[in-house]
Amino acid sequence: MLRVSDLSVARGGRRILSDLSFEVSAGEALILRGANGVGKTSLLRTLAGLQSPVSGQVEYAEDTAAYASHADGVKATLSVTENLAFWAQTYGGTLGPSVFKRFDLEDLRDRAAGTLSAGQKRRVGLARLAVLNRPLWLLDEPTVSLDRFSVKLFEDMLTADHLAKGGAAVIATHIDLDIPARTLDLDAFATDTPLDADTDEAFL
Amino acid sequence: MIALLLRDIRLAIRAGGGFGLGLAFFLILVVLVPFGVGPETQVLARIAPGILWVGAMLAALLTLDRLFALDFEDGALGLLALAPIPLETVAVAKAAAHWLTTGLPLAVAAPLLGLLLQLPSGAFVPLFVSLLVGTPALSMIGTFGAGLTVGVKRGGLLMSLLVLPLYAPTLIFGAEAVRRAADGLAYTTPLILLGAISLACIALLPFATAATLRINLR
Repeated sequence: MLRVSDLSVARGGRRILSDLSFEVSAGEALILRGANGVGKTSLLRTLAGLQSPVSGQVEYAEDTAAYASHADGVKATLSVTENLAFWAQTYGGTLGPSVFKRFDLEDLRDRAAGTLSAGQKRRVGLARLAVLNRPLWLLDEPTVSLDRFSVKLFEDMLTADHLAKGGAAVIATHIDLDIPARTLDLDAFATDTPLDADTDEAFL
Repeated sequence: MIALLLRDIRLAIRAGGGFGLGLAFFLILVVLVPFGVGPETQVLARIAPGILWVGAMLAALLTLDRLFALDFEDGALGLLALAPIPLETVAVAKAAAHWLTTGLPLAVAAPLLGLLLQLPSGAFVPLFVSLLVGTPALSMIGTFGAGLTVGVKRGGLLMSLLVLPLYAPTLIFGAEAVRRAADGLAYTTPLILLGAISLACIALLPFATAATLRINLR
Protein backbone atom coordinates (compact mmCIF):
# COMPACT_ATOMS: atom_id res chain seq x y z
CA MET A 1 0.00 0.00 0.00
CA LEU A 2 2.88 2.31 0.79
CA ARG A 3 6.38 1.94 -0.59
CA VAL A 4 9.24 4.21 0.37
CA SER A 5 12.57 3.85 -1.40
CA ASP A 6 15.90 5.60 -0.69
CA LEU A 7 14.07 8.54 0.84
CA SER A 8 15.94 11.55 2.18
CA VAL A 9 14.12 14.17 4.21
CA ALA A 10 15.26 17.71 4.99
CA ARG A 11 14.21 20.29 7.49
CA GLY A 12 15.45 23.85 7.75
CA GLY A 13 17.97 23.41 4.93
CA ARG A 14 19.64 20.34 6.47
CA ARG A 15 19.21 16.72 5.51
CA ILE A 16 18.06 14.92 8.64
CA LEU A 17 17.08 11.44 7.40
CA SER A 18 18.65 9.58 4.52
CA ASP A 19 18.42 6.29 2.62
CA LEU A 20 15.18 5.30 4.22
CA SER A 21 13.37 2.36 2.59
CA PHE A 22 10.36 0.48 3.87
CA GLU A 23 7.03 -0.94 2.81
CA VAL A 24 3.69 -1.06 4.53
CA SER A 25 1.05 -3.38 3.12
CA ALA A 26 -2.68 -3.61 3.75
CA GLY A 27 -3.59 -4.58 7.29
CA GLU A 28 -0.21 -3.58 8.64
CA ALA A 29 0.88 -0.90 11.06
CA LEU A 30 4.34 0.60 11.28
CA ILE A 31 5.48 2.44 14.38
CA LEU A 32 8.16 5.10 14.00
CA ARG A 33 10.49 5.54 16.93
CA GLY A 34 13.30 7.94 17.51
CA ALA A 35 14.56 10.69 19.77
CA ASN A 36 12.99 14.14 19.73
CA GLY A 37 14.00 16.01 16.61
CA VAL A 38 15.12 12.96 14.69
CA GLY A 39 12.60 13.75 11.96
CA LYS A 40 9.44 11.76 12.66
CA THR A 41 7.15 14.67 11.87
CA SER A 42 9.17 15.69 8.82
CA LEU A 43 9.01 12.11 7.53
CA LEU A 44 5.25 11.93 8.02
CA ARG A 45 4.79 15.31 6.32
CA THR A 46 6.86 14.05 3.41
CA LEU A 47 4.80 10.87 3.21
CA ALA A 48 1.61 12.93 3.27
CA GLY A 49 2.92 15.17 0.49
CA LEU A 50 3.06 18.40 2.50
CA GLN A 51 6.78 18.67 1.86
CA SER A 52 8.77 17.27 -1.01
CA PRO A 53 11.51 14.69 -0.49
CA VAL A 54 15.14 15.68 -1.12
CA SER A 55 15.65 12.41 -2.97
CA GLY A 56 13.97 9.04 -3.26
CA GLN A 57 10.38 8.03 -3.82
CA VAL A 58 7.17 7.75 -1.88
CA GLU A 59 4.61 5.62 -3.67
CA TYR A 60 0.97 5.02 -2.88
CA ALA A 61 -2.24 5.30 -4.85
CA GLU A 62 -3.60 8.82 -5.15
CA ASP A 63 -6.14 9.95 -2.55
CA THR A 64 -5.60 7.02 -0.23
CA ALA A 65 -3.72 8.72 2.61
CA ALA A 66 -5.10 10.61 5.60
CA TYR A 67 -2.69 12.66 7.69
CA ALA A 68 -3.18 13.69 11.32
CA SER A 69 -0.67 16.08 12.83
CA HIS A 70 -0.33 17.61 16.29
CA ALA A 71 -2.89 20.19 15.16
CA ASP A 72 -6.31 18.70 14.56
CA GLY A 73 -7.81 21.47 12.45
CA VAL A 74 -10.78 21.54 14.84
CA LYS A 75 -12.65 24.86 14.75
CA ALA A 76 -13.54 26.22 18.18
CA THR A 77 -16.83 27.86 17.21
CA LEU A 78 -18.22 24.90 15.28
CA SER A 79 -19.90 22.00 17.04
CA VAL A 80 -18.32 18.55 17.05
CA THR A 81 -20.80 17.33 14.44
CA GLU A 82 -20.21 20.36 12.21
CA ASN A 83 -16.46 19.87 12.40
CA LEU A 84 -16.64 16.21 11.44
CA ALA A 85 -19.28 16.76 8.76
CA PHE A 86 -17.08 19.37 7.12
CA TRP A 87 -14.10 17.02 6.82
CA ALA A 88 -16.32 14.17 5.66
CA GLN A 89 -17.68 16.40 2.89
CA THR A 90 -14.34 17.79 1.72
CA TYR A 91 -12.74 14.34 1.60
CA GLY A 92 -15.81 12.63 0.16
CA GLY A 93 -16.22 10.43 3.22
CA THR A 94 -19.23 9.57 5.32
CA LEU A 95 -20.25 10.64 8.80
CA GLY A 96 -22.33 7.93 10.43
CA PRO A 97 -23.60 7.66 14.01
CA SER A 98 -21.15 4.84 14.74
CA VAL A 99 -18.25 7.32 14.70
CA PHE A 100 -19.58 9.17 17.75
CA LYS A 101 -20.03 5.88 19.57
CA ARG A 102 -16.56 4.65 18.64
CA PHE A 103 -14.84 7.68 20.11
CA ASP A 104 -17.18 8.19 23.04
CA LEU A 105 -18.37 11.53 21.64
CA GLU A 106 -22.11 10.90 21.77
CA ASP A 107 -22.74 13.34 24.61
CA LEU A 108 -20.50 15.97 23.04
CA ARG A 109 -22.07 15.96 19.59
CA ASP A 110 -23.59 19.46 19.76
CA ARG A 111 -20.99 21.07 21.98
CA ALA A 112 -18.85 23.81 20.47
CA ALA A 113 -15.40 22.32 19.98
CA GLY A 114 -13.84 25.29 21.79
CA THR A 115 -15.40 24.15 25.07
CA LEU A 116 -13.86 20.68 24.91
CA SER A 117 -10.86 19.59 26.93
CA ALA A 118 -7.57 18.85 25.19
CA GLY A 119 -8.20 15.10 25.31
CA GLN A 120 -11.75 15.42 24.02
CA LYS A 121 -10.53 17.65 21.20
CA ARG A 122 -7.92 15.04 20.36
CA ARG A 123 -10.67 12.41 20.18
CA VAL A 124 -12.54 14.61 17.69
CA GLY A 125 -9.31 14.85 15.69
CA LEU A 126 -9.02 11.05 15.65
CA ALA A 127 -12.70 10.67 14.80
CA ARG A 128 -11.94 12.86 11.78
CA LEU A 129 -9.70 10.07 10.47
CA ALA A 130 -12.54 7.60 10.70
CA VAL A 131 -14.91 9.72 8.61
CA LEU A 132 -12.45 10.30 5.78
CA ASN A 133 -12.68 6.79 4.32
CA ARG A 134 -8.99 6.58 3.55
CA PRO A 135 -7.08 3.30 3.87
CA LEU A 136 -3.63 4.68 4.71
CA TRP A 137 -3.29 6.63 7.94
CA LEU A 138 -0.25 8.75 8.72
CA LEU A 139 -0.45 9.60 12.41
CA ASP A 140 1.81 11.98 14.27
CA GLU A 141 1.65 11.36 18.03
CA PRO A 142 -2.01 10.33 17.99
CA THR A 143 -2.22 9.68 21.72
CA VAL A 144 -0.98 13.04 23.01
CA SER A 145 -3.25 14.28 25.85
CA LEU A 146 -5.42 11.15 25.78
CA ASP A 147 -6.14 9.35 29.06
CA ARG A 148 -5.61 5.60 29.36
CA PHE A 149 -9.25 4.84 28.60
CA SER A 150 -9.13 6.87 25.39
CA VAL A 151 -5.84 5.31 24.34
CA LYS A 152 -7.57 1.93 24.71
CA LEU A 153 -10.47 3.21 22.58
CA PHE A 154 -7.98 4.31 19.94
CA GLU A 155 -6.10 0.98 19.99
CA ASP A 156 -9.35 -0.99 19.63
CA MET A 157 -10.56 1.22 16.82
CA LEU A 158 -7.24 1.03 15.00
CA THR A 159 -7.03 -2.77 15.24
CA ALA A 160 -10.66 -3.77 14.79
CA ASP A 161 -12.02 -1.05 12.48
CA HIS A 162 -9.02 -0.05 10.44
CA LEU A 163 -6.30 -2.69 10.19
CA ALA A 164 -8.68 -5.65 10.20
CA LYS A 165 -10.55 -4.11 7.27
CA GLY A 166 -7.46 -3.83 5.13
CA GLY A 167 -6.26 -0.41 6.22
CA ALA A 168 -2.66 0.48 6.99
CA ALA A 169 -1.06 2.98 9.33
CA VAL A 170 2.27 4.69 9.94
CA ILE A 171 2.40 6.00 13.49
CA ALA A 172 4.97 8.15 15.21
CA THR A 173 4.64 7.68 18.94
CA HIS A 174 6.57 7.53 22.20
CA ILE A 175 4.22 5.32 24.17
CA ASP A 176 3.80 1.57 23.77
CA LEU A 177 0.61 1.01 21.82
CA ASP A 178 -1.06 -2.33 22.28
CA ILE A 179 -1.49 -3.06 18.59
CA PRO A 180 0.13 -5.60 16.24
CA ALA A 181 2.81 -3.55 14.56
CA ARG A 182 6.35 -3.49 13.29
CA THR A 183 8.71 -0.89 14.66
CA LEU A 184 11.13 1.25 12.67
CA ASP A 185 13.84 3.04 14.61
CA LEU A 186 14.68 6.27 12.81
CA ASP A 187 17.82 6.92 14.85
CA ALA A 188 19.66 4.52 12.52
CA PHE A 189 18.89 6.72 9.51
CA ALA A 190 19.63 10.07 11.08
CA THR A 191 22.17 12.37 9.47
CA ASP A 192 22.89 16.04 9.74
CA THR A 193 24.36 17.40 6.54
CA PRO A 194 23.66 20.73 4.87
CA LEU A 195 21.89 20.54 1.53
CA ASP A 196 23.49 21.61 -1.75
CA ALA A 197 22.99 25.32 -2.17
CA ASP A 198 21.08 24.97 -5.42
CA THR A 199 18.15 23.00 -4.05
CA ASP A 200 14.85 24.65 -3.38
CA GLU A 201 14.77 23.62 0.26
CA ALA A 202 18.18 25.15 0.95
CA PHE A 203 17.04 28.39 -0.62
CA LEU A 204 14.00 28.56 1.59
CA MET B 1 -16.05 23.70 -2.35
CA ILE B 2 -19.60 24.37 -1.20
CA ALA B 3 -18.77 22.72 2.13
CA LEU B 4 -15.77 25.01 2.60
CA LEU B 5 -17.76 28.08 1.58
CA LEU B 6 -20.54 27.28 4.02
CA ARG B 7 -18.08 26.52 6.81
CA ASP B 8 -16.27 29.82 6.32
CA ILE B 9 -19.51 31.80 6.28
CA ARG B 10 -20.60 29.97 9.43
CA LEU B 11 -17.26 30.70 11.12
CA ALA B 12 -17.52 34.36 10.12
CA ILE B 13 -20.99 34.75 11.58
CA ARG B 14 -20.28 32.95 14.86
CA ALA B 15 -18.68 34.71 17.81
CA GLY B 16 -15.29 36.21 17.06
CA GLY B 17 -15.66 35.57 13.35
CA GLY B 18 -15.34 39.19 12.35
CA PHE B 19 -18.63 39.50 10.49
CA GLY B 20 -19.94 43.03 11.04
CA LEU B 21 -16.46 44.24 11.98
CA GLY B 22 -15.84 45.67 8.51
CA LEU B 23 -19.34 47.06 8.36
CA ALA B 24 -19.02 48.80 11.73
CA PHE B 25 -15.62 50.19 10.74
CA PHE B 26 -17.10 51.55 7.50
CA LEU B 27 -19.94 53.19 9.40
CA ILE B 28 -17.65 54.84 11.97
CA LEU B 29 -15.23 56.06 9.31
CA VAL B 30 -18.01 57.68 7.28
CA VAL B 31 -19.60 59.24 10.37
CA LEU B 32 -16.25 60.69 11.44
CA VAL B 33 -15.46 62.34 8.10
CA PRO B 34 -17.88 65.31 8.55
CA PHE B 35 -16.22 66.02 11.91
CA GLY B 36 -12.91 66.23 10.13
CA VAL B 37 -13.81 68.28 7.09
CA GLY B 38 -16.67 70.37 8.44
CA PRO B 39 -20.40 70.25 7.79
CA GLU B 40 -20.66 72.20 4.50
CA THR B 41 -22.85 70.11 2.25
CA GLN B 42 -21.07 71.10 -0.96
CA VAL B 43 -17.67 69.98 0.32
CA LEU B 44 -19.12 66.72 1.62
CA ALA B 45 -20.96 65.98 -1.61
CA ARG B 46 -17.74 66.54 -3.54
CA ILE B 47 -15.62 64.16 -1.50
CA ALA B 48 -18.35 61.59 -0.78
CA PRO B 49 -17.56 59.19 -3.70
CA GLY B 50 -13.88 59.00 -2.75
CA ILE B 51 -14.51 58.67 0.99
CA LEU B 52 -17.08 55.93 0.47
CA TRP B 53 -14.80 53.94 -1.79
CA VAL B 54 -11.70 54.36 0.40
CA GLY B 55 -13.80 53.41 3.43
CA ALA B 56 -15.13 50.28 1.76
CA MET B 57 -11.63 49.34 0.68
CA LEU B 58 -10.17 49.68 4.17
CA ALA B 59 -13.13 47.83 5.68
CA ALA B 60 -12.57 44.94 3.27
CA LEU B 61 -8.94 44.84 4.38
CA LEU B 62 -9.80 44.42 8.06
CA THR B 63 -10.85 40.77 8.03
CA LEU B 64 -8.37 39.58 5.42
CA ASP B 65 -5.47 38.63 7.68
CA ARG B 66 -7.49 35.87 9.34
CA LEU B 67 -8.47 34.34 6.00
CA PHE B 68 -5.73 31.71 5.94
CA ALA B 69 -3.85 32.47 9.18
CA LEU B 70 -6.39 30.77 11.47
CA ASP B 71 -6.56 27.67 9.28
CA PHE B 72 -2.78 27.61 9.12
CA GLU B 73 -2.38 27.77 12.89
CA ASP B 74 -4.80 24.98 13.73
CA GLY B 75 -3.56 22.69 10.96
CA ALA B 76 -6.73 22.86 8.89
CA LEU B 77 -4.91 24.42 5.92
CA GLY B 78 -2.54 21.46 5.64
CA LEU B 79 -5.49 19.08 5.78
CA LEU B 80 -7.29 21.12 3.11
CA ALA B 81 -4.18 20.94 0.93
CA LEU B 82 -4.30 17.13 1.18
CA ALA B 83 -8.03 16.94 0.48
CA PRO B 84 -9.11 15.86 -3.01
CA ILE B 85 -10.08 19.45 -3.88
CA PRO B 86 -7.38 21.57 -5.58
CA LEU B 87 -5.90 24.51 -3.66
CA GLU B 88 -7.12 26.81 -6.44
CA THR B 89 -10.67 25.87 -5.46
CA VAL B 90 -9.84 26.47 -1.81
CA ALA B 91 -8.65 29.98 -2.75
CA VAL B 92 -11.84 30.71 -4.70
CA ALA B 93 -14.04 29.41 -1.87
CA LYS B 94 -12.15 31.53 0.68
CA ALA B 95 -12.45 34.65 -1.47
CA ALA B 96 -16.13 33.99 -2.11
CA ALA B 97 -16.82 33.57 1.60
CA HIS B 98 -14.94 36.81 2.30
CA TRP B 99 -16.93 38.64 -0.35
CA LEU B 100 -20.27 37.34 0.90
CA THR B 101 -19.51 38.33 4.50
CA THR B 102 -17.72 41.63 3.74
CA GLY B 103 -18.05 42.97 0.19
CA LEU B 104 -21.75 42.34 -0.26
CA PRO B 105 -22.84 43.90 3.08
CA LEU B 106 -20.59 46.90 2.33
CA ALA B 107 -22.23 47.40 -1.07
CA VAL B 108 -25.68 47.22 0.50
CA ALA B 109 -24.83 49.62 3.33
CA ALA B 110 -22.93 52.16 1.23
CA PRO B 111 -25.94 54.06 -0.23
CA LEU B 112 -27.30 54.60 3.29
CA LEU B 113 -23.98 56.04 4.36
CA GLY B 114 -23.94 58.10 1.15
CA LEU B 115 -26.95 59.85 2.58
CA LEU B 116 -24.87 60.94 5.58
CA LEU B 117 -22.26 62.43 3.25
CA GLN B 118 -24.79 64.35 1.12
CA LEU B 119 -24.11 62.17 -1.91
CA PRO B 120 -26.48 63.31 -4.72
CA SER B 121 -29.40 60.92 -4.97
CA GLY B 122 -28.58 60.11 -8.60
CA ALA B 123 -25.36 58.45 -7.47
CA PHE B 124 -26.90 55.96 -5.03
CA VAL B 125 -27.51 53.22 -7.58
CA PRO B 126 -24.11 53.69 -9.29
CA LEU B 127 -22.44 53.53 -5.86
CA PHE B 128 -24.18 50.26 -5.07
CA VAL B 129 -23.42 48.79 -8.50
CA SER B 130 -19.78 49.92 -8.49
CA LEU B 131 -19.19 48.32 -5.08
CA LEU B 132 -21.03 45.19 -6.16
CA VAL B 133 -18.79 44.94 -9.23
CA GLY B 134 -15.56 46.10 -7.57
CA THR B 135 -15.50 44.33 -4.20
CA PRO B 136 -14.94 40.84 -5.70
CA ALA B 137 -11.60 42.17 -6.94
CA LEU B 138 -10.82 43.46 -3.42
CA SER B 139 -11.61 40.02 -1.92
CA MET B 140 -9.62 38.13 -4.53
CA ILE B 141 -6.53 40.37 -4.35
CA GLY B 142 -6.77 40.23 -0.57
CA THR B 143 -6.93 36.43 -0.64
CA PHE B 144 -3.72 36.44 -2.65
CA GLY B 145 -2.08 38.76 -0.10
CA ALA B 146 -3.28 36.56 2.76
CA GLY B 147 -1.86 33.50 1.04
CA LEU B 148 1.45 35.25 0.53
CA THR B 149 1.85 36.13 4.22
CA VAL B 150 0.25 33.04 5.77
CA GLY B 151 3.39 31.65 7.36
CA VAL B 152 4.49 34.99 8.77
CA LYS B 153 3.84 35.65 12.44
CA ARG B 154 1.71 38.78 12.78
CA GLY B 155 1.67 39.08 9.01
CA GLY B 156 -1.43 41.28 8.95
CA LEU B 157 0.46 44.54 8.64
CA LEU B 158 2.81 43.17 6.00
CA MET B 159 -0.21 41.92 4.12
CA SER B 160 -1.80 45.39 4.19
CA LEU B 161 1.38 46.90 2.77
CA LEU B 162 1.40 44.35 -0.03
CA VAL B 163 -2.29 44.50 -0.80
CA LEU B 164 -3.10 48.22 -0.64
CA PRO B 165 -1.01 49.23 -3.70
CA LEU B 166 -2.69 46.42 -5.64
CA TYR B 167 -6.06 47.92 -4.74
CA ALA B 168 -5.24 51.18 -6.56
CA PRO B 169 -6.80 50.38 -9.98
CA THR B 170 -10.00 49.11 -8.39
CA LEU B 171 -10.24 52.24 -6.25
CA ILE B 172 -9.55 54.59 -9.17
CA PHE B 173 -12.25 53.18 -11.43
CA GLY B 174 -14.74 52.55 -8.62
CA ALA B 175 -14.56 56.08 -7.23
CA GLU B 176 -14.49 57.52 -10.75
CA ALA B 177 -17.78 55.80 -11.64
CA VAL B 178 -19.49 57.23 -8.55
CA ARG B 179 -17.99 60.71 -9.04
CA ARG B 180 -19.24 60.85 -12.62
CA ALA B 181 -22.68 59.73 -11.56
CA ALA B 182 -22.71 62.40 -8.84
CA ASP B 183 -21.86 65.03 -11.47
CA GLY B 184 -24.59 63.74 -13.76
CA LEU B 185 -22.18 62.34 -16.35
CA ALA B 186 -22.18 58.94 -18.06
CA TYR B 187 -20.45 56.38 -15.83
CA THR B 188 -20.57 53.17 -17.85
CA THR B 189 -16.92 53.27 -19.01
CA PRO B 190 -15.29 53.19 -15.53
CA LEU B 191 -17.87 50.62 -14.48
CA ILE B 192 -16.94 48.34 -17.38
CA LEU B 193 -13.25 48.72 -16.61
CA LEU B 194 -13.98 47.93 -12.97
CA GLY B 195 -15.79 44.78 -14.06
CA ALA B 196 -12.81 43.86 -16.22
CA ILE B 197 -10.47 44.19 -13.21
CA SER B 198 -12.72 41.96 -11.11
CA LEU B 199 -13.02 39.31 -13.81
CA ALA B 200 -9.27 39.29 -14.44
CA CYS B 201 -8.60 38.91 -10.70
CA ILE B 202 -11.07 36.03 -10.41
CA ALA B 203 -9.57 34.33 -13.46
CA LEU B 204 -5.88 34.64 -12.57
CA LEU B 205 -5.37 35.09 -8.85
CA PRO B 206 -6.67 31.70 -7.63
CA PHE B 207 -3.66 30.11 -9.34
CA ALA B 208 -1.25 32.61 -7.80
CA THR B 209 -2.85 32.12 -4.38
CA ALA B 210 -2.58 28.33 -4.63
CA ALA B 211 1.09 28.67 -5.55
CA THR B 212 1.81 30.87 -2.52
CA LEU B 213 -0.01 28.40 -0.27
CA ARG B 214 2.03 25.49 -1.63
CA ILE B 215 5.25 27.36 -0.87
CA ASN B 216 4.15 28.41 2.60
CA LEU B 217 2.94 24.95 3.60
CA ARG B 218 6.22 23.31 2.74
